[in-house]
Amino acid sequence: MPETIQRDSLIGKRITKLDAPEKAGGKTRYIQDLDVQGQLYGKILRSARVHAKIKSIDTAAAKALPGVHAVITAADVPYQRPIGVAKDHFPLKTDRVRSLRDEIAAVAAETEAIAEAALKLIKVEYEDLPVLADPRDSLKPDAPLIHPEPHGASAKHDHLKQAQGIAYRGKPDNIAMTFDYEQGDVAAGERESDVVFEDTFHLHYVTHCCMGVSGIIAEFDPSGNLLMYSNTQVPFLHKREFAEILNMDPARIRIIQPPIGGGFGSKLDIYPFEPITVFLAKATGRPVKLVFTREEEFLASPTRQPVILTLRSGCRKDGTLTFRTVSTLHDNGAYTSWGATTPFVMMQTISSLYRVPHCLYHTKAVYTNNPYAGSFRGYGNLQATFAVEQHMDMMAAAIGMDPLAFRLKNAQDPGEVTPQGMHFKSCGFKDCLTTAAEASGFSAKFKANEADKAKPGRFKRGVGMASMLHVGGGAKIYPSDGCGTILKMDDFGSVTLITGASEIGQGSETVLAQLVCEELGVPLSAVRVINNDTEITPWDVGVHASRTTFIAGNSAIGAARKARGKILDAAAKMAGLNAEELDLRAGHIVEAKNGTVVMTLAKLLRQLHFSDKAELVMTSFYYEPPSKHQDKHFKGDVSAAYAWATQVVEVEVDTDTGIVRLLKVTGAHDVGRILNRLGLEGQIEGGIVMGQGYALTEELMVENGVVRNPGFRDYKLVTAPEIPEMDVRFIETMDGEGPQGAKGVGEAPAICIAAATANAIYNATGVRIMALPFTPEKVYRALKAKEQHH
Amino acid sequence: MSQQTIDFTLNGVPTRVSVPVQMSALEMIRNVAGLTGTKYGCGEGECGACTILLDGVSLNSCLLFAVECDGRQVTTVEGLADDPLGRRIEKAFVDAGAVQCGFCTPGMVVQARQLLERTPHPSREEIQRGIEGNLCRCTGYVKIIDAIEAASKE
Repeated sequence: MPETIQRDSLIGKRITKLDAPEKAGGKTRYIQDLDVQGQLYGKILRSARVHAKIKSIDTAAAKALPGVHAVITAADVPYQRPIGVAKDHFPLKTDRVRSLRDEIAAVAAETEAIAEAALKLIKVEYEDLPVLADPRDSLKPDAPLIHPEPHGASAKHDHLKQAQGIAYRGKPDNIAMTFDYEQGDVAAGERESDVVFEDTFHLHYVTHCCMGVSGIIAEFDPSGNLLMYSNTQVPFLHKREFAEILNMDPARIRIIQPPIGGGFGSKLDIYPFEPITVFLAKATGRPVKLVFTREEEFLASPTRQPVILTLRSGCRKDGTLTFRTVSTLHDNGAYTSWGATTPFVMMQTISSLYRVPHCLYHTKAVYTNNPYAGSFRGYGNLQATFAVEQHMDMMAAAIGMDPLAFRLKNAQDPGEVTPQGMHFKSCGFKDCLTTAAEASGFSAKFKANEADKAKPGRFKRGVGMASMLHVGGGAKIYPSDGCGTILKMDDFGSVTLITGASEIGQGSETVLAQLVCEELGVPLSAVRVINNDTEITPWDVGVHASRTTFIAGNSAIGAARKARGKILDAAAKMAGLNAEELDLRAGHIVEAKNGTVVMTLAKLLRQLHFSDKAELVMTSFYYEPPSKHQDKHFKGDVSAAYAWATQVVEVEVDTDTGIVRLLKVTGAHDVGRILNRLGLEGQIEGGIVMGQGYALTEELMVENGVVRNPGFRDYKLVTAPEIPEMDVRFIETMDGEGPQGAKGVGEAPAICIAAATANAIYNATGVRIMALPFTPEKVYRALKAKEQHH
Repeated sequence: MSQQTIDFTLNGVPTRVSVPVQMSALEMIRNVAGLTGTKYGCGEGECGACTILLDGVSLNSCLLFAVECDGRQVTTVEGLADDPLGRRIEKAFVDAGAVQCGFCTPGMVVQARQLLERTPHPSREEIQRGIEGNLCRCTGYVKIIDAIEAASKE
């Protein structure tokens, strides 16, 4: 035993991910790799039409196929209830299909091949309806209704359920959701303006492309309890929703999350394939496994919200922002998922990234027969930032101000409470701006490129910047934004941390373990994290909104501090010292002032346990952040902390081909405090490349409701040779509420790239493109249009 | 559905299986041999999650018929546990932070194994080219490239 131990800390170090060795060795079992004894394989028959009435479904031949255990349609599950954010969506479609992904029937069979063969034997008769492929058409007075209100006997029968909000209601128009926000008086703001711009920005369809496709295994145990192996990011919300759909006692539903092959927001909602698999398990009395093909993943998993955004903004000659008016049209697709609610985040960027006295914001999320949009890393912020940050550059140019100086003049400071009610207790925005600009040599390059723009030459260099504001301390969307932790110590000094937080590859289990080590003075190897079983783990609202490090981190710290208190009190009694004089270091109780070892932690734990006053060190803690729900005007301090970033992008534009190459990204991120430098860098680098894909290469092409490129061959993800050089700087603002001062960062790095790239292309060529993505064809056409114009 | 019996070496173990002739090597490795480290990512050779070594050469097992393994040496990520270079690469992936969700990782590790065998001291650009057939959605590739570079320098 050492005589003295000095205090050591893991905070800020490069800590390798706890589950990395098993993943690198190919030993990790994802949902695709799990099999349950006796399982059947589920497959879904999707619509062959974009918008049609279902006249008849004939499943007789499919049912007769040897090896088929069940074929189900909506008629077989009269108990099914509508799912999703607006409860506008039956898992199995009843009388009509509204998009090409729509689920008509499902099969459970002994092998996947038999299930697929059975699908081909199902005959469906359709009666086509007119297709709405453009949200602008959906708003026309004569537009067909996508969700006509139910009528007749079934409507009456459903009256009670409708009143309870659990039955399908229909809509008298094609508007799924609206959001209206106002601060100040935009007309007054416009009168004060010397410069006003109005432009319409077009944001396209992209999808998550998690490397692990969607999947689920559902089974009922002998007592009739439902067990699901699921990739969900929101196990506890899921449990509640499944209880509603199945009219089951939630206590009898258990969700186990195997390691998840990528999330990025795609697993935040409940999707039809999940209840359908449960229906199949119920129909067959057997466990049923259903895993998507990649094509199915492209066709039937959610997308980022496509938006048509019109922005009108103004400023004075001195560079003061005066007003912003925004109206957006969200293509909701055929059903409502989280994509419709992205205005929650978009309006924060509009109102509060910079100081703007007057703002008006309207959104209509409109039904079409297109794929429906869900939540995707950034949650509307990429779209809002794309517009806002292009206008910032345009206004700066119009008043002859440097883009950096213009932003600095309007940037938020610590302590600010914005008209929307967001309180920036820590705010490193100006540091982000100056750090990114200085590290990249922004101002000099910007001027040099400006000067080179008119000179002859095929290749043009451009530099552009964009900044972002995003929630960094959770987001109070649900009744609680909290997370529970149970912490127990064994008599060898090891810690089991049982957290409600989900791990989707972002490294939460490692950061949570680090935070516990910091309190309990144990090595990382002494901590085991349990985070994937609703029967064991305490409640958490889910992994979204960049919240896990902040919320689950504070929860883990809370539980660890209680354990620390217990241990030190007991040790103080045994050693005849005060608890304040003691510390926990490297698995030992030591004297805080000089590190003199008093005893090993394991020995103390054993003495507590095996005594006449036997006690185990087990604690629990529930952390609820001190944030507020927005009021009905969308005002309120919705997060306990806010994250900031500035990214400078350097591009080379080939004016002969329209190819834009991303050369370098310099990012400065206000992360509060670095907890795990290795994991943090990984989040930023991955986010930058995801942003690069959004800006340059990725587009889910949807024509008349049909996805034209459901595969990696035609949906172009960024590959290794295409990534830019990256220079990432961290601004530590030591947030007062954050765990060890940290703020959330998961979504932040993806948000600015498209906006900064747009500004860089303009700096290189003088051509401003307001529609994504910047494909060679689009850039080439824009360059040629400009040439002809001159 | 006609079946065929094939004999091959799977991670050093003599193996005999009977498979439908149209079955892919990926399906055979996962569902017949029961080794799940090799992943299905797309089924059309675009993502690299199913990368294996066939007689030491890396390829997408989703594009290979199982019957084509007959008489050959198949190495999957599980087989790299017995291979010094493979173990070095796996450790480098861990140390460099190259693993997030981990779904692409086995394919990346196997591809890196081939790259470093052929080019023991690659430049960063050679590494980027070497893994261009392997998609990753989490990491932005930087730390994967770092890992392969580090493994090449040990």
